[in-house]
Amino acid sequence: MSAVAATSQSTSAVRTDHVSRHYRMGESLIRALDGVSLEIPAGQFVALLGASGSGKSSLLNLIAGLDRPTAGTVSVEGRNLAELSREELAQHRLRTVGMVFQSFNLIPSMTVVENVELPLRFAEVDEKQRELRLREALVRVGLSTRQRHRPSELSGGEQQRAGLARALINRPRLLLADEPTGNLDSRTGTEILNLILECNRSLGMTVVMVTHERSLAERYAQRMVFLADGKLTGDAQATVATPLSEGNAS
Amino acid sequence: MKAHDLTELALRNLRESALRNSLTTVGISVGVASLVAMLALGIGLQQLATRRLVRSGLFDTVLVTSRRDLRNFDREENHSGPAPAESPALDEAARQRIERLPDVVEAYPDLRFITAFSYATKPHLTMVAGVPESYRSHDAFEGMEGSFFSSDAAREAIVQKAFAAELLGKTAKPGTDEVPVAQLAKPLLGTEITMRYAERVPASEATPPEVEMTSGEADAATYSIVSREIKLKIVGVTDLDPDSLRGAARARVLLPLKLLESLHVVQAATLRDTTQATSKVPVYGTVSVRVKDPARVQPVEESIRKLGFNTFSMLDATHSLRRFFAVLDLFLGIFGSLALAVASIGIVNTLVMAILERRREIGIMKAIGASDGDVKKLFFAEAGVMGALGGALGVGLGWVLGRAINLGTNFYLKRQDLEPEQIWFVPWWLVLGAIVFAVVVSLLSGLYPAARAARLDPVQALRYE
Repeated sequence: MSAVAATSQSTSAVRTDHVSRHYRMGESLIRALDGVSLEIPAGQFVALLGASGSGKSSLLNLIAGLDRPTAGTVSVEGRNLAELSREELAQHRLRTVGMVFQSFNLIPSMTVVENVELPLRFAEVDEKQRELRLREALVRVGLSTRQRHRPSELSGGEQQRAGLARALINRPRLLLADEPTGNLDSRTGTEILNLILECNRSLGMTVVMVTHERSLAERYAQRMVFLADGKLTGDAQATVATPLSEGNAS
Repeated sequence: MKAHDLTELALRNLRESALRNSLTTVGISVGVASLVAMLALGIGLQQLATRRLVRSGLFDTVLVTSRRDLRNFDREENHSGPAPAESPALDEAARQRIERLPDVVEAYPDLRFITAFSYATKPHLTMVAGVPESYRSHDAFEGMEGSFFSSDAAREAIVQKAFAAELLGKTAKPGTDEVPVAQLAKPLLGTEITMRYAERVPASEATPPEVEMTSGEADAATYSIVSREIKLKIVGVTDLDPDSLRGAARARVLLPLKLLESLHVVQAATLRDTTQATSKVPVYGTVSVRVKDPARVQPVEESIRKLGFNTFSMLDATHSLRRFFAVLDLFLGIFGSLALAVASIGIVNTLVMAILERRREIGIMKAIGASDGDVKKLFFAEAGVMGALGGALGVGLGWVLGRAINLGTNFYLKRQDLEPEQIWFVPWWLVLGAIVFAVVVSLLSGLYPAARAARLDPVQALRYE
């Protein structure tokens, strides 16, 4: 089944058209992504599934505007990222996209609040608005009491909550999560996924989550896209079974 | 990114590697300190030289002579203008005209002549000159024993050391030590000396006329010369001659100018002019013109020449002096900057190390929306903060260094029984300039590291552990 054909909604948040990303490593050519076409409607929670090296993260990096494709196009909210300058891509990462990483990627020398505030500084948000958004984001992820701590003083779950707060602070319309539960125990992982699901449901945020755990994808995502060796191998609707109140699923 | 966010982040990053960044900042401050100390020394020396020269009256004085005075005829710049015979006379009206010129502080006649004195019944022949009231602050009178004239018309005299020695019969033999001024002054101060002079009296008043000179015209200069005497109180004995500019015509007895003017002493110029039959009023041989600022000497000289007189100043010497100090400052500046150049390499090194250490952090910042410009500005800000801190610290350090040099020099001068001097001076523009220079050098040093940090590929940087 064609991924593009599989979508019925008219407004697409993300659209990739025969997108490829090849790397040269010495003499050999590595095809991280090879002709992937995919359309994600606005507001959908999509899980990208596949084994290690299948191209999930490469695809996520292209959607985030962190990398450029070797061939094909990636469009986010109708804008072809290939046509954007480096400055415009930075604006895309700052305002349209929020990113959550497996290894949290918090700056160790900064406190929670300093880490979360960083995108507000880049976006030149004024002081008053900054206070408001910081409070809102930290309350949303339940980190109000830990804001003056450095990442090394937090648990993995708390670090990922801080990472999520940072991703949400500029109110993006697209949340990209790269193995957000990969470094967490299952209980903490579920808490994080519940938070992400809540963002998707209450804020209408489009979520693209990379994971290799099918069970999690089935439980939280509306749709599962399968990748193997850089190619799209499957695209299926999933039934979102877990209500937000059930945060203790294994 | 807003400026205060940038500064805050830069300061935070600098605090993170406090030791390394402090050492780099100290490096900059040592560079700035050496630059400040060197330039402050150059400026101080220049000011010292200028101060002494200005106070000596050498560089702010223009000597004006009449074009009729053919002794000056061979001077190249005087060839233009009216012919000697048609040029105006250097009389009182001319002096007043010169004094009214812009930038002129005063113009006073140079009254000097050779005459006889008698002291303790012994006759002495020497050059006498009038001294204007403005000489009160003159450098030459700095080490004087006694005091300056009580008024501009007081019947008082200041004698030069050599003449004082002659009066007392204590003239030093060649090869022997000179008698100190204080020792000469003690018996002389307060005593009286008699000066003989020839007064110019209009022909009708003179009784009896000893000499009478007339020109071909009926109403032209006609006067008599009467021999007179005046008793003067010695109030001071001076070491230096205030009129060192005049070489051979140095006076050894100085009188208040107004007093000397009131005596109407016949001068060489009067006689010269009389024979040329153009004026019946007294004329001056030379008028000394004091200018507000040595820099204004040239325009004043030009204005005076336009009036039809010859001028002479030590302007060329000031030009050479300025050129000398400009070159000295340049060399001192270059030597001072060498240390700053070394410090700038330190900045490059520190920032390049910071890029390697903070590679992942840069990747994170880019992933969450920092532009190349933001990263570049952040590294620039860090370099700038180090430069500003190092600059401020360096100015302080340079100031302390300069003070130490000054103290050391004055300690040495004191041991040599010499007056203390300010050989070091830090003007406000040097303080600001040094800090700005340190910031500019630091920013230039930050150019390469900042560009390198901005170019980092975020995907690669995020993989970096």
